[in-house]
Amino acid sequence: MLELDNIAAGYGKLQILHELSIHVRPGELVSVVGANGAGKTTTLRVISGLIGTMGGQVRYDGEVITGLRAHQLVKRGIVQVSEDRDLFGPMTVEENLVLGAWTRRKAAINEELERIFELFPILLERRRQAAQTMSGGQQQMLAIGRALMAKPKVLMLDEPSTGLSPKMTWDVLNAASAIRDSGVSVLLVEQNAAQALAISDRAYVLESGSVVLEGPGRELAGDERVKKAYLGL
Amino acid sequence: MAVSTRRQLSLRPSPFVATMLLVLALFVVALLRSGSMSITGQALLTGLIAGGVYSLLAMGLSLIFGVLDIVNFAHGSFLAIGLFVTYEVVHQTGANPYVALPVAIVVLFVLGALLQLLVLNRTMGSSLESQLLITLGLSLLISNALLLFFGGDPLSANLHNDPGVHIFGAVANLSRVIAFVGALVLALLLYVLLEKTSFGRAIRAVAANRQGAGLVGIDVRMIYAVTFGLGTACAGAAGMFIAPFTTITPTAGDQFNILAFVVVVMGGLGNIMGALVSGLIVGLVEQLGGVAIAGQSPLLSVFILFLLILLIRPQGIFGAKSS
Repeated sequence: MLELDNIAAGYGKLQILHELSIHVRPGELVSVVGANGAGKTTTLRVISGLIGTMGGQVRYDGEVITGLRAHQLVKRGIVQVSEDRDLFGPMTVEENLVLGAWTRRKAAINEELERIFELFPILLERRRQAAQTMSGGQQQMLAIGRALMAKPKVLMLDEPSTGLSPKMTWDVLNAASAIRDSGVSVLLVEQNAAQALAISDRAYVLESGSVVLEGPGRELAGDERVKKAYLGL
Repeated sequence: MAVSTRRQLSLRPSPFVATMLLVLALFVVALLRSGSMSITGQALLTGLIAGGVYSLLAMGLSLIFGVLDIVNFAHGSFLAIGLFVTYEVVHQTGANPYVALPVAIVVLFVLGALLQLLVLNRTMGSSLESQLLITLGLSLLISNALLLFFGGDPLSANLHNDPGVHIFGAVANLSRVIAFVGALVLALLLYVLLEKTSFGRAIRAVAANRQGAGLVGIDVRMIYAVTFGLGTACAGAAGMFIAPFTTITPTAGDQFNILAFVVVVMGGLGNIMGALVSGLIVGLVEQLGGVAIAGQSPLLSVFILFLLILLIRPQGIFGAKSS
């Protein structure tokens, strides 16, 4: 449903992505792993229209969406959780969540809120608290919850484990699996390769802006080259 | 991290209390200097009434800064446009000046929104200096355009009948009382719009995190345009309210530009409610100071207060950091 076809992109004259092609099918959890600077975050930025492309196409359900702005993507069901979460710090947890449903009908909001509170009970407990006063893990849950309020068809998670404890990282990744099980496609970008591969249906390994390996998550986790290069085994 | 909910006892007064004590001190000095309760009471009323208009004007300026990070030096010129819109309505139709209120609000809203869409959106994220120069240039452009179309002769849009209203022994013209009440009503409406409506929530979201706002599907450029329009509409409405007792000239807004900046800094950049309260304080300081330090421009005391705030509390008297 989401396809990146021969993407070339970068910043100024510096090209980061070279003929990168990846795709995500409906209901799939796909991760993109690789070292720092391999182009993982740049890939997400291309999809979400934050940077332009030098070549190639992004397609969604057959429609070319290259270069659409963030709010136009949300309307189509492609929602991103950025690495620095981009919460509305001074506003309450509940306000953040309600704003997540900006593109949707008002009537659906309460029902959706209840679903999010079921997935992340801590958010119900903290609903009146300002987002910026919560811990890193709680903020990550709020960021994911806010993204889910838009009822995405594809959810993109950019390095959700950044700054989280190992226990918290598992909580967040398990939440990502649960979201996939509810029928949402998930595109996960992670530096934490071992854990990401363990929960992925499929995965891509990026190196210098191109895909060097591709396959089912567990298979890649067992691959000697991956183990050596990314898992430190 | 445990956060104590109990307030710590402190002998240092809050900056807001300190400011109010300063106003009280000014009142006492004004009373002693003039030796007349009626003169001082009159200054109190006049100051409060002028302050209501400053509040509305400054809320617009603070809103623009809080959401767009633009220091708008053309704000006073938008007020001048409000004055001339009122003049035009009165002179074309012979109607009561207050008929011009919706006209001024709509004209200034559309003008501000278009300016943001067509000009300022291109400069978003560029350096503060370049935006400062653009709004300064805009201010010159507006003043000179008004000069071109209306000439430099002072104009007026008076009420046919503007009786004095007695309030606690002091007197104010009806037009000034209407300006005060009208400005506060609009200020309150703006507050309700920002705090209680989903559109206002989206504006606050853009102020808090513009990238996050884009990620939830808010059209950030549209919010920018509407916000700038709301800010300039505040200036336009303020211009309409003061038109009946103000000499209308192309540069009439300049003085208000400076006052609005004082109010915004005092209230904390981007703090809308801070601007509302600070507007009243600046009005009081201006008038009471005029009596206490007689023979000087009433603005002297305002600028002394401004300097004190810049030196001691640059983040404003309410302690809210700019967003």
